[in-house]
Amino acid sequence: MAHIELKNVSKSYGTGANKIEVLNNINLKIEEGEFVAIVGFSGSGKTTLINLISGLEFPDEGEVLFKGEPVTGPSHERGVIFQNYSLLPWLNVHNNVSMAVKEKFKKWSRTQISDRVKDYVKMVGLSHAITKLPKELSGGMRQRVSVTRALAMSPEVILMDEPLSALDALTRGTLQDEILNIWNKDKRTALLITNDVDEGIYMADRIIPLRPGPKATLGPEFVINIDRPRDKIALNNDDNFKKLRNSILEFLIQIGKERKAKASKEYILPNIKPILRTKLGTRV
Amino acid sequence: MKDKSINILKFIGLGFFEPIVRLAAGEEVKKNLTELIKKVVFPLVSIFLFIILWSVGSRALYNTERNYKIETARTAGGEEAVTAELARMESGQSTINSLPAPGAVWEAFKNLIADHNAISAKKEAFYERVSATNEKLAAQGKKEITYTGRPSFVDQVMTSLKTVFAGFILALFLAVPIGMVLGLSETLRSSFNWFIQIFKPVSPVVWFLLVYMIVKTLTLTYDGDVSFVISFIAVGLCAMWATLVNTTLGVASVDKDYINVAKVLNLSVGQKVFKIVLPSAFPLIFTGLRITVSVAWMVLIAIELLSQSPGLGTFVWEEFQNGANDSNAKIIAAMFVIGLIGFMLDRIMFSIQKLMTFTEA
Repeated sequence: MAHIELKNVSKSYGTGANKIEVLNNINLKIEEGEFVAIVGFSGSGKTTLINLISGLEFPDEGEVLFKGEPVTGPSHERGVIFQNYSLLPWLNVHNNVSMAVKEKFKKWSRTQISDRVKDYVKMVGLSHAITKLPKELSGGMRQRVSVTRALAMSPEVILMDEPLSALDALTRGTLQDEILNIWNKDKRTALLITNDVDEGIYMADRIIPLRPGPKATLGPEFVINIDRPRDKIALNNDDNFKKLRNSILEFLIQIGKERKAKASKEYILPNIKPILRTKLGTRV
Repeated sequence: MKDKSINILKFIGLGFFEPIVRLAAGEEVKKNLTELIKKVVFPLVSIFLFIILWSVGSRALYNTERNYKIETARTAGGEEAVTAELARMESGQSTINSLPAPGAVWEAFKNLIADHNAISAKKEAFYERVSATNEKLAAQGKKEITYTGRPSFVDQVMTSLKTVFAGFILALFLAVPIGMVLGLSETLRSSFNWFIQIFKPVSPVVWFLLVYMIVKTLTLTYDGDVSFVISFIAVGLCAMWATLVNTTLGVASVDKDYINVAKVLNLSVGQKVFKIVLPSAFPLIFTGLRITVSVAWMVLIAIELLSQSPGLGTFVWEEFQNGANDSNAKIIAAMFVIGLIGFMLDRIMFSIQKLMTFTEA
């Protein structure tokens, strides 16, 4: 049985003439311990897809199954890392994380909770900033806190909605490694939404492109058969990596073109020419 | 020490003292001198100009009224009447009640303080005298004798502050919970919108009358200070609208991301309200409370004037009715006291607001 399964899922927003079908007939299976990346253009419905799996939204048609049971709402078993961190600005790092820990382990004592928070914050190297407010942290640090908050609840699945897309390239690289390290420790099921093909190849076992919406569907999957742990520098010269990267990019560029072709419309322009004058007033 | 005191000054909203502190520490003398001139010297100059303008203006008004009186006397009874009128002016029988000069206001203020000291001394003497009797009465379980003399200016200021504080507390406990409920439920919000829209712009005077109608009947058997009860309820009801509207808005417009966090963490409804919704609405709520305090202080004078609660409003009204030589000066002195206390209250609320407001990450 697949850990997460989406069966013929469709989702649309609005009604009547304003109805936009975001996702159409999505079928996806993720096995336990697998790391799957979904790449796609912005606006293609990636966030909607992750909201459906996390239980923040529900499909119009089809089913979202978690361990064979339909998803009825958010659960502690599926931790979400949001794109914009979503830290509570009035709580410091410790309290942002402990809020989640308290919810998951309701019977724990104060010190037990605090110890767990400290352990997890230490894991992402933020022990020195544990009493700071989110506004005092850099973007990368904030996302680390957000990762910590999701992981401190020991979810069975980590759902990541473009967690690194707002960060600079260097911070991104470090955080990719940190997330991989954590994932490696107890091989939780992970779903990463991203718009960066390299990131997908570096981190995931499988990459599935999402065709752009409206009516987004999943494209053919690409299996990344590169041994772990992967080395970023060596990867750049790996023929297998290059081939995979090229074929995924080609596919994405191709569907990008299709989308443009679909969207383009003939505009009839009036038959006029601009009049250009020189300083002397003569026509050129 | 230096940075600490600067932070404290900034926190209580007295940031313009910063250059003085920095100068005292001998830091960047040139830059801080310019800052000092900008932030302290210029305001002082403007205060000076204001006082000059005031004094010239009041002199002009005084002369206009004086000349008018003399001219009227002359047309009525010739030079003889003018001499008589001048004599009456000299003796204080004929008063010229125009805008008082700054000096007169300062004198009046000093008199008010002296008067307060005199009354306090009297009061103390009175309580000393009746202390034995009061002990007896208390032992018998009877009501003790209290001082019933005229309240001093400071007593009246204290009454006003008490009224505003009670009114503010009432507004707080009415507006914040109601605002929260309205903010959380769209149905309730649209059902009671008419109520807010109609009652919000009602004038303090009408609020007073409304409260008077109701409280008067309810307190028929109450032998305490009814005028105080009426004033603080009217003040609270007048001033609560800013807080009510802001709380509703703050609670209704919580960032969707925070709601998603609450959902993902599976927070219960109570936790969602108290840990996510309320804290995220705090900045707006405290802005509302700050406006509420300002409005409360502003409407207080009018309401006390009507309710005859012995506060600043009553003081101003009685002095106006009194029409003595220094009445106008006392009114202006009260005006400055009212203004300064309003400023002080606003600073206090500003500090609290700053403390409770987070910066968006």
